[in-house]
Amino acid sequence: MAENTQKLLEVRELTMDFGGLRAVDSITLEVCTGEIVALIGPNGAGKTTFFNCVTGIYKPTRGEILVHPPEQKTYKINGFKPNRVTAMGLARTFQNIRLFQNMTVLENVMIGRHCRTTTNILGAILRGKNTNRQERETIERSYELLEKVGLVHFADEFAKNLPYGAQRRLEIARAMATDPFLLLLDEPAAGMNPQETKDLDELIVRIKDTENISILLIEHDMKLVMNISERIYVMEYGKKIAHGSPQEIRSNPKVIEAYLGEGGDDA
Amino acid sequence: MAMISYLKSCLIAAIWFVFLTFPLMVVKVNTLKNTVEWRWMNMLWVAIGAFILSAVWRWAMERRARGASQKEQESSDSDKKPSLGERLLEDPKLYRPLLGLVVALALLMPWVSEMYQVTIWVFALIYVVLGLGLNITVGLAGLLDLGYVAFFGVGAYTYAILNTRFGLDFWICLPIGGLTGALVGVLLGFPILRLRGDYLAIVTLGFGSIAKIVYENWEGVFNGARGIEKIARPGFFGMEMDISAATTFTYYLMLVMVVFTIFVTNRLKDSRIGRAWMALREDEIACVAMGVDMARTKLGAYALGAFWAGLVGVIFASQTTYINPASFDFMLSAIVLSMVVLGGMGSIVGVVIAALVLNLLPEYLRAFEDYRMLVFGAVMVLMMLFRPQGLVSNVRKTYTHSKKVHAEEANG
Amino acid sequence: MDYFLELFLSGLTRGSIYALIALGYTMVYGIIQLINFAHGEIYMIGAFVALVVSGVLTIYGFSGVSILILAALIAIIYSAAYGYTLEKIAYRPLRGAPRLSPLISAIGMSLFLQNYVLLAQTADFLPFPELVPEFEFMEPIAHIMGSAELIILITSAITMIGLTLLIKYTRIGKAMRATQQDMVMARLTGINVDRVISVTFIIGSVLAAIAGVLVGSYIGQINYFIGFMAGVKAFTAAVLGGIGNIPGAALGGLVLGLAEAMAAGYISSAYEDVFAFGVLVLILILRPSGLLGKAVKQKV
Repeated sequence: MAENTQKLLEVRELTMDFGGLRAVDSITLEVCTGEIVALIGPNGAGKTTFFNCVTGIYKPTRGEILVHPPEQKTYKINGFKPNRVTAMGLARTFQNIRLFQNMTVLENVMIGRHCRTTTNILGAILRGKNTNRQERETIERSYELLEKVGLVHFADEFAKNLPYGAQRRLEIARAMATDPFLLLLDEPAAGMNPQETKDLDELIVRIKDTENISILLIEHDMKLVMNISERIYVMEYGKKIAHGSPQEIRSNPKVIEAYLGEGGDDA
Repeated sequence: MAMISYLKSCLIAAIWFVFLTFPLMVVKVNTLKNTVEWRWMNMLWVAIGAFILSAVWRWAMERRARGASQKEQESSDSDKKPSLGERLLEDPKLYRPLLGLVVALALLMPWVSEMYQVTIWVFALIYVVLGLGLNITVGLAGLLDLGYVAFFGVGAYTYAILNTRFGLDFWICLPIGGLTGALVGVLLGFPILRLRGDYLAIVTLGFGSIAKIVYENWEGVFNGARGIEKIARPGFFGMEMDISAATTFTYYLMLVMVVFTIFVTNRLKDSRIGRAWMALREDEIACVAMGVDMARTKLGAYALGAFWAGLVGVIFASQTTYINPASFDFMLSAIVLSMVVLGGMGSIVGVVIAALVLNLLPEYLRAFEDYRMLVFGAVMVLMMLFRPQGLVSNVRKTYTHSKKVHAEEANG
Repeated sequence: MDYFLELFLSGLTRGSIYALIALGYTMVYGIIQLINFAHGEIYMIGAFVALVVSGVLTIYGFSGVSILILAALIAIIYSAAYGYTLEKIAYRPLRGAPRLSPLISAIGMSLFLQNYVLLAQTADFLPFPELVPEFEFMEPIAHIMGSAELIILITSAITMIGLTLLIKYTRIGKAMRATQQDMVMARLTGINVDRVISVTFIIGSVLAAIAGVLVGSYIGQINYFIGFMAGVKAFTAAVLGGIGNIPGAALGGLVLGLAEAMAAGYISSAYEDVFAFGVLVLILILRPSGLLGKAVKQKV
């Protein structure tokens, strides 16, 4: 970590129980400005649950989630509603793509602008100056984002008609439309072919560099993770079992065991 | 060979339905006089009807299955030829004269027909506005509201009470009725926002039914089952109007309301608010995760739908001059819902056409009148099975962008 | 005390009827997450068929208990046939469609069936023949509890025990439970899911028909619209007990029936129906998982 970096997200001993099942067990994690951090682990390790806690979809049982937006005071966001978390500057994508199927690609991105615009019902009916300006800005910005992820030619297509890889990229564009400082990507490469994965790899790095957005990603594709992330957290059975640079993780015996699965405790 | 097995399965279906309908269609007992009537002819009709319908059904089902598999094969960017319906809606050369014709006919109607006809059209237009209002809640925001009639009742009773007890004028009560509807919508909507779609439907059904029971039993305020009579017709700058003139006046008022509703819905549909509603309908979790305030957005849709119902409730009360709880039962909610379903959820033109057709058809085809609710029920089922997007599917707006225009110029 | 006992027993009677209908809602919801809005109509059709059959049999000189048994049997067969056909036509093609589509289809079916009976028979209330004989041994307590009530309580108890055994021990019962847990997995293990769903509808319809026959002879009159209110109340009972939960539906029915009878007896009978709706609304808002249901977290 460079010295001039600042913490953006700080999670302290986050625990999430479902009935008797502890899905996330006392996880501590940080993301700083200008970083790509990966969260890896076998299926069912609790990674997505962790994401859901951070983004407000679940309310964590214990622990603290602190957000330090750039040039603002710190917020503790436990129990915030998802839309407030997003308004704060954390945006996410979903493991099992959740696009607005029967809306156009452009409209999907425009939804992301919702929390940065203010038109109310009356404004929408009257279509005053302010409304028109916001609407134009929304459209321009959404087109820009579609250009960035390479989907402009699909703009007026229904989201459900997009090929799989394009849907994943659309989710990223939609999340970026909310002007986040931290992007949480849940398995962005799942189901992609090697070429698409390579493109995605470049896209993520480009987002970090040019948009000034830090990234926390869950991923199974080891090559992608090792290529682009600065730090890696490894989870298994809800617990953090390792943390370090890609080199450290690659040689960590615990991680190897978790991934190869031999001799692991079956309980 | 295929033909024979086809006919055979239709025959089996016919026999099955003859069996099913036998005790109810053929037998009719009078348990007081102890007599039985055997209506054997009905059996024949059922057999013939079921045979034909099952043939049509099989054909439609095969077509549906083919359509589904074709859609998967077809690539996304195929150039489909727009159907006549779509062309009518999209091509200005076609829809402008058509629209002009419709407007001219609508304006002339009261002068060339009897008052009875005008009255029928007033009610049809009331249903159009109700349909458009419910279209906001159900069609755009995806909140299935089975108690929509409650807000209609709120508007009607607001005017009835304010007018007969406090002598308030129609024009003052019109906005009050709408706003009361919206307010009740917010109050009822607030606790139920978190509920899943189907639970929400049942709770709203509960609200609608409770409202009716309250009208029936709260004598002091709503005058119970006897209802409220002698409600004033709308006035126009103190002009004295007889029934016929007042009906004509209400007719024009309803035309204005319809235009107003269409205008508002149309503007909302392609706005920040309308997009949020649709996103909520498509995927609630993704929607809130993208920063949309679910509670506020849902309440907006709920209240706005209720607003229209309250508004036309006032007009309904002024047109009939007498209201009682029986006018506000679940059947009305069901009728309005079937209009939205038939027209196409979210589609303005579709809902207007469906509301007019479903209302006027039974009026003009008297023989059909008894079968009205039966047909409404069947319409809902068939639409869900074969054309869930409705008669006129909701076309999404495409937006132009400065760079896109340049690019096209460069290419073209 | 007698008044309380009378209310209690009448509540219990009502409650067991609600429970019988509620079971149909709950079993269907448990398997395909559909509020089978037309279920109340199946119950109404059961009552109507029983009325028609017993009317005809009375005219042709059959007597007492033989009418009751025949009418009930035929009503059960017909309700089952209607339930099966309903599922096949209106719900099966919509599997995998958006969640609200089958619900709207169900509402449509409910309207259709109501008006079908209205047109085929009549809009008037029809007097239902007295099928249950007055038992002599009930004489001393007749002011508290009638023979019909006794029959209702016994029949519903037997039916519910039978259902429990069926679901616990038979092959189809096991298949039903498996399908409820995980439809995809059940299909992979070779369970014919379509058949299981059909059977679920048939069983629910049979229970509804039993309720229909019992209510007909208890209340003494029926019309085409009785399914609506009974349906809403039974659904309330199912939600109260925790939808998808079979013992819950029985419990919810009894609780709702008792509460309603007490409210009607001690407060006012005009708002009796408001009471049921009120319970429904409150339960859904405050504890959607019901009394016995488990809270389910939506998977993201």
